[in-house]
Amino acid sequence: YKRARMNQTNHTSLIKLENVADADGAKFYLGKKLCYVYKAKTKKKGTVYRTSWGKVTRSHGTSGVVRAKFKNNLPPCSMGGKIRCML
Amino acid sequence: GGRCAPPFFTQRSRSGGLLYTSGGDNQGASMTKSQPKKVEKLNRFYPADDVPHRLHRNKRLRPRKIRASITPGAVVILVAGRFGGKRAVVLKVLDSGLLLVSGPFQVNGVPLRRVDQRYVIATKTRIDVSNVKIPDHVNDSYFQKPKKERKAKTEGEFFEGEKKEKKELPAGRKEDQTVVDQGLVQAINGTPQLADYLKSHFSLQNGQYPHAMVF
Repeated sequence: YKRARMNQTNHTSLIKLENVADADGAKFYLGKKLCYVYKAKTKKKGTVYRTSWGKVTRSHGTSGVVRAKFKNNLPPCSMGGKIRCML
Repeated sequence: GGRCAPPFFTQRSRSGGLLYTSGGDNQGASMTKSQPKKVEKLNRFYPADDVPHRLHRNKRLRPRKIRASITPGAVVILVAGRFGGKRAVVLKVLDSGLLLVSGPFQVNGVPLRRVDQRYVIATKTRIDVSNVKIPDHVNDSYFQKPKKERKAKTEGEFFEGEKKEKKELPAGRKEDQTVVDQGLVQAINGTPQLADYLKSHFSLQNGQYPHAMVF
C-alpha cells in the first residue's frame, strides 16, 4: 500500500510493473486497467476464480513503480502477488 | 431534488443576478460587479408542482479529440472485444468520435465495425486509402442496434424461458463490406507481406514489454 513510516493508505496500492525501470517507462501504463485474480472456495458464475478491477492512477517515484486504485482495496495477502495489466 | 422554475416574486434571473425593471436606472447607476450580463424576462406562469428536470449531461460540447497516431489508413491493433488481438485498418473517424474500421474482412475476418480509440493501439503502418470508397450511408446510425420491442409475455412464455433469437445480419452489410474492401485489398496487395501482417495476431510473449515497443 501507499504508506509513510507509520501510516498506510489502503485505498492506493503500489504496483511494480515488469521490466519498467523508470517513470518514463511507466508512462505507457498510466490509465491502464488492472486485474487482481484470486481463487475462492465457492463457485460464483461457474468458476472459483474471482477478479478485482482497478486502474493505474499515477507513477510513484522515479523507478517505475506505479500507484493504482482498485474498486475495492486490495487485500494484504495480495502483496507480492501477481496482478494483470490490461492493454 | 430537480431544478424548478423560480417563484414569481423573488425577481431573480436564471443566472442568479438581480433583474432590473425598465426605468432607466441602469443607465445612470454606477457599474457594480454584481450587474448581470443579460436582462431576462420571467414567465408569469410556472407549474404548481415541482417538476424535476433532467440535467441533460449527455451532450458532447466539443468533438472528441482523436490521437494524432490514428489517421485514415493506419493499421491498428484491436486490443479487446470480439476481435481482440487482430489488426485492422482505420477507414475514418465517425461523427460520434468512434473509428470506422475494417479488417478487411477477406483478409482477417474483421468486418466494417466501430471501435473506440481507447480499445486500439495505433501502429505506424499506413495504407493508402484514397481509393477506398466508403458508402455515404455508413455512419453511426448504420451501426445502431434496433430497439427491442418489449412484448408482454403470456403465462406460457414466462415458464418457457428466454428464447434466443438468431441474430441476423442487417441487409446490405455484405454489399457495403465488399465495396469498401475492394479498394482496401488493392492497396494492401501492393505492399509485400502486408496481407500476412494483417492476418497475424498481436500477442505478447515472455520478454516482450509494450512500453519498450515501438508500435
